[in-house]
Amino acid sequence: MEQQDTICAVSTPPGRGAISVLRISGPNAFAVMDTLFHFAGGKNKLAAQPSHTIHFGHIVENGHLIDEVLVSVFKAPRSYTGEDLLEVSCHGAPYIQQKILELMINAGARLAEPGEFTLRAFLNGKIDLSQAEAVADLIASNSAASHRVAIHQMRGGFSRELKQLRDRLVEFTSLVELELDFSEEEVEFANRTQLKTLVTHIRDVTGRLADSFSIGNVIRNGVPVAIVGKPNVGKSTLLNALLQEDRAIVSEIAGTTRDAIEDIVALGGLLFRFIDTAGIRETSDFIETLGIRKTYQKIEEASVVILLVDAADTVEVIRGSYRHILEQTGNGNRRVVMVINKCDRQDRKTLDKKFGGSFPACLRPEDRMMLLSARNREQVHRLAGMLVDFIKKDMQEESGEVVTNVRHYEALRRTSKALDRVLDNLDRNLPGDLLAQDIREALHYLGQITGEITTDEILGNIFSRFCIGK
Amino acid sequence: MEKYDVIVVGAGHAGSEAAIAAAKLGSSVLLVTMDMTKIAQMSCNPAMGGIAKGQIIREMDAMGGMSGVVTDRSMIQFRMLNRSKGPAMWSPRAQCDRMLFSWYWREELEKNERVHFWQDVVTGLEIKKHRVHGVKTLMGNKFSGKTVILTSGTFLNGLIHIGKQKAEGGRIGELPSKGITEQLRSLGMKTGRMKTGTPARIDGRTVNFAEMIEQKGDEEGGAFSYMTERRGPERQKSCYIVHTDQKVHEIIRKGIKYSPLFDGTIQSIGPRYCPSIEDKIVTFSEKERHQLFLEPEGWNTVEYYLNGFSSSLPWEVQYEAMKNIRGLEKVKIFRPGYAIEYDYFDPTQLKHTLESNMIEGLFMAGQVNGTTGYEEAGAQGLISGINAHAKCHGKEEFVLGREEGYIGVLIDDLVSKGVDEPYRMFTSRAEYRMLLRQDNADERLTEKAYRLGMVTDERMKRMEEKYRKRDKMVEILNKMSLRKEEVNPYLESIGSSKIKQTVKAKSLILRPEVTVKQMALQVEKIGKIAEEFNDKKDEIIESVEIFMKYKGYVEREKLLVEKMKRLENIQIPEDIRFDELSSISTEARQKLNRLRPKTIGQASRISGVSPSDIHVLLVYMRR
Repeated sequence: MEQQDTICAVSTPPGRGAISVLRISGPNAFAVMDTLFHFAGGKNKLAAQPSHTIHFGHIVENGHLIDEVLVSVFKAPRSYTGEDLLEVSCHGAPYIQQKILELMINAGARLAEPGEFTLRAFLNGKIDLSQAEAVADLIASNSAASHRVAIHQMRGGFSRELKQLRDRLVEFTSLVELELDFSEEEVEFANRTQLKTLVTHIRDVTGRLADSFSIGNVIRNGVPVAIVGKPNVGKSTLLNALLQEDRAIVSEIAGTTRDAIEDIVALGGLLFRFIDTAGIRETSDFIETLGIRKTYQKIEEASVVILLVDAADTVEVIRGSYRHILEQTGNGNRRVVMVINKCDRQDRKTLDKKFGGSFPACLRPEDRMMLLSARNREQVHRLAGMLVDFIKKDMQEESGEVVTNVRHYEALRRTSKALDRVLDNLDRNLPGDLLAQDIREALHYLGQITGEITTDEILGNIFSRFCIGK
Repeated sequence: MEKYDVIVVGAGHAGSEAAIAAAKLGSSVLLVTMDMTKIAQMSCNPAMGGIAKGQIIREMDAMGGMSGVVTDRSMIQFRMLNRSKGPAMWSPRAQCDRMLFSWYWREELEKNERVHFWQDVVTGLEIKKHRVHGVKTLMGNKFSGKTVILTSGTFLNGLIHIGKQKAEGGRIGELPSKGITEQLRSLGMKTGRMKTGTPARIDGRTVNFAEMIEQKGDEEGGAFSYMTERRGPERQKSCYIVHTDQKVHEIIRKGIKYSPLFDGTIQSIGPRYCPSIEDKIVTFSEKERHQLFLEPEGWNTVEYYLNGFSSSLPWEVQYEAMKNIRGLEKVKIFRPGYAIEYDYFDPTQLKHTLESNMIEGLFMAGQVNGTTGYEEAGAQGLISGINAHAKCHGKEEFVLGREEGYIGVLIDDLVSKGVDEPYRMFTSRAEYRMLLRQDNADERLTEKAYRLGMVTDERMKRMEEKYRKRDKMVEILNKMSLRKEEVNPYLESIGSSKIKQTVKAKSLILRPEVTVKQMALQVEKIGKIAEEFNDKKDEIIESVEIFMKYKGYVEREKLLVEKMKRLENIQIPEDIRFDELSSISTEARQKLNRLRPKTIGQASRISGVSPSDIHVLLVYMRR
């Protein structure tokens, strides 16, 4: 690669914090830093310091002290980017961050583009492609769950398991290819029963990982939750109350394709994406019909539907709304939480009579109901807890492996499809060359995650293990 | 003296195909060989074809090469291998009469008046300013030519080993060729040494065949050339199978200390898929026996080729071991097996036309490029002959893609990956195995060759006719419905479940156990369509069968071809510095740097270059 320039950036999130970290990476990183950093009470140079050490000193401009800082030294290639890299921990004021950055740029560095540190790490062979993607996810992760997945993937994650399975499949491929190219020889042939067991296993693993993508997607983008109900039933109040739950992390993600009416909030370490919907009621107004139709589309996207009803309504009306929602959403695997609102306006006895006893039996087993008042902070908190439990169950926490990357998802899905065909061919007892076509395809897609195998390697495997030839 | 368009150095399988191709296209050709009686000599086993190799012969034939025709004329046994597998694996193989094979090849060459012959040893090339102008010979002659095709096989500094004995020679009893390697090396070409071997030839009169397993040819015979009218041969000679045992292994093990392969004398690389018997016994010591074949050398000779027993051991050890094989107790040998080392040129120094990218007008084909096998050699000869002609006459270069033929796979592998052992074709080297079948080589290649002028009108017409009839029959079968009484007797006879109501013929054809061939015999309605095909009936029905039964597989591969072509079209800049791409593994970096692929497609086929390496390349190139 041509001589790289030296890049710098503030690595901590923008805004005011106690401290902030700036990074500088590239061939001139030390030269740049040595012009602005002065050791406390010494004439040392950073360039002369051993790698992986931390140094206290001052950032100085024209004799004026800008800040007291700590500088961590990482020398190429033992750094994140594989280049000379320094991290400056300064105080968190935006002015200080900007000033140091400015000094770095004046001394010859350039502002890094988004993701450029990771790109360099990737180009310098410090991380592989899937790790690079995981790092990008990690940087963007804004909930505990998505952080966990990203960390897992960055450390090798499921690709290690896939690699082992792939290696065993390569063994079998060699055997199948051996049958094809050297059929006249006495050779052991691929045992079809074992092959079938292996392929079934890999198919299950890749299938499971591919399925985990929707969960992974949810973890990254937030669990979509639709709040539906008739006008004035208190949707906005409830939404605002839910948003209050964890105000610090409420964010509006600008520039995404998401609808403006969506709000993201982190509850119990998970991201939720609340979709406020137009009120549902029978109407003859054309424009309003369109709005309602859009509401139903939103419900289609949701993992969970909160059906908000008024405690003052009759049981029949409430049941009707519930059935209506089930019909409109096609009785899919969307769970419904029926929230009976405005309970503070009813007396306890009436409520017990109305919603205790046989009423909950009208719900599907997977659905839940809850009585609350959207104004009551504590009750809303309980609702939030229920939502988190719901989703955590879905996430199969025990399985652990979650695919969040579209490229991996595609590759896994195609692998799993090709393996389905292999199994089908095995059942139909088709000859090796047809079998091989699908196995090759499966290996090809697996290779997009774990690294591809070439025919030379398969032949090499054959030659090293079998006595071939006349 | 006359200036030739093309001078071919060496008249083996590569040289003969190269000479005939260039001459057919209209070039004046001089074929220089050391020995006119050994044209297209089968230096190793007396057989043509086999898995992947049979497909190559069919491809050469579809393009007007002569190997198929000569094989058909000289064959003494024919077998279609792998009939039990899918159609991609069906591979024709023939035993040939070694003397006839050589004789008929010479006859084919002599029939073309544009081919001139000269018996002599070429000792050097006339090269000025990186352009070739002709050749010099041992007798002191100089021939001038616009292009030279070097097809000198194992002759360049050939060194024969039998035990501790060494002899210079290109084949046993023949002179080596010296000077060419040294000259080209001095001009900067990279060369290497390779090793191959051949087994003993034995006296059939001293063999007890009753102790062996006979392997007969296919009853119905067969042919390689799409132009051969009759399936041959009328009568066939058999091969015989025997096995070594522990006693044989013991004798060889004791003799190994005399083997130049094991005492360090031979350093060059031999083919892993064709190991010597001593190699097999050392590397696969757990194997209790190894299979050997006795292959007849011709109609009128008692000589047999002992396939599987290639060796560099002293002849006494070979002989002693052999006599311990059942049925060979009283064997006499005509000549022992031997190992031979020879020079080859790194084929990554060639263009896809097989022209050197250092010396203009110099083409190379066959073992000099590090390949092994008559078929691999012939195929390169054919392509180099076509391109040498194109070069002389300002015509377009002729290159086959990997999706068009094994020949395309072969040359692309050589040129873009190089070789680290003698290169032999395997079907697993092809990514589009379902497309590259022996039955459709004409459909893939004949029209292309016809446009060049390699192929007669007659052949072109025949090919078109075949596929017109195939398509027509497919169309009829696609529409045809079969009533239960029409087809149930057939289904019952093959143990397939009977139908209860009228069904489409095509759905029955998809059943693995159902064949169109058999249906044509047993189901009247289908037999009728095939009637008008006359003597081409078998061929056309086979084509219909494959077309209908394997359509899904073929279509899927065609999609892959389209995908690959997109990668093939992404050019890698010539000045790219692979050694600076530090995110690529060291192995991949070294290989890319050495092989300098021109497209992303080529780069992706290099072993050791992973998909993430390709991603890095793409990321880098976009910068």
